[in-house]
Amino acid sequence: MANKVTQFLKDKLLLVWRGVIKENPTFVLVLGMCPTLGTTTSAENGFGMGVATMAVLIMSNIVIALIKNFIPDKVRIPAFIVVIASFVTVIDMLMQAFVPALYESLGLFIPLIVVNCIILGRAEAFASKNGVFDSALDGVGIGLGFTLSLTIIGAVREVLGSGAIFGYSLGCADYMPLVFVLAPGGFMVLGFLMVLFNKFLKK
Amino acid sequence: METTYFAIIIGSIFVNNVVLAQFLGICPFLGVSSKVETSMGMGAAVTFVMALSAVVTWLIQTYILVPLGIEYMQTIVFILVIAALVQMVEIVLKKVSPSLYQALGIFLPLITTNCAVLGVAISMIQKEFSLLQGVTYNVATALGFALALVIFAGLRERIEFEEAPKAFQGVPIALITASILAMAFMGFSGLV
Repeated sequence: MANKVTQFLKDKLLLVWRGVIKENPTFVLVLGMCPTLGTTTSAENGFGMGVATMAVLIMSNIVIALIKNFIPDKVRIPAFIVVIASFVTVIDMLMQAFVPALYESLGLFIPLIVVNCIILGRAEAFASKNGVFDSALDGVGIGLGFTLSLTIIGAVREVLGSGAIFGYSLGCADYMPLVFVLAPGGFMVLGFLMVLFNKFLKK
Repeated sequence: METTYFAIIIGSIFVNNVVLAQFLGICPFLGVSSKVETSMGMGAAVTFVMALSAVVTWLIQTYILVPLGIEYMQTIVFILVIAALVQMVEIVLKKVSPSLYQALGIFLPLITTNCAVLGVAISMIQKEFSLLQGVTYNVATALGFALALVIFAGLRERIEFEEAPKAFQGVPIALITASILAMAFMGFSGLV
């Protein structure tokens, strides 16, 4: 009995862990690149975007796993998009009300969570084939992986570009090349982080 | 409205290039940019859909969402409209111009998930453009997308022949190339 429980927990933990490293949405699957580059001007923005996307991903995975048997196969993609878009609208309104500063700096990228390929991809590849609980865990795993990557990219860009981390100044802002906060720095930091990921973590 | 059409066109093709400055439409930018020809096809398809979506979303926003006071439905309505539009364009093209359909065919379904289309539709509304300005803005942005895509494809065709270190191969080297291209485009800033 105890064996079964530990085995069960191990399986579920592996399901979550897989999303963080082995199927990391940013570094391995290379999905959702637009928010990854567009919102990671600082660690805080990257983290906020990651959490918002994770919330939408978990909820849409749960709902899609619940309703998958009622949706005719032909209209499943539009149906998934409606579910996702509804949750994005909810998150959009919640963020506007509770974290207005973050809402301002993320701007256009919040409604654009709808077209984040990660969410539709997980709906199609996982939630439409698995149970509710597993789908929720898959959402947690992939969401954590996405949040982690975005926070790392944001932190690197913030340190290199504006000499601060999570808004705390490191006292060297004047010597830092601002280009890392601008567009070219985004591409470059992501490129080099992907190289490091390939080199050390991808087996 | 003070923004002139000229400023909108130059601004959205070069200064605020949709891919290299605003980070929209990165997926097709990285995905279908390995050959110049296919990237031209994708650019044409996106321009076509974005011009149509500008008209449709502007009309919906102005005559349906605002009078009814349901602007918060914007995201849901727009994405559905764009998805339906892409489907329709696909069906119409198949009947009317099979040769164009042959050329654009494979790119059309991909456009639904191209965040540039939805992103530009929303920012067009936020900028409070008139219909004609909105269409100009959308078409110019799409041309900027096509330009970035074609330049990048040209660069990537060359990179194919070079041997990059193993960890750099594929996406990482493409991103670093894009970074240098974005730096080049930064030269346009302050132009408008």
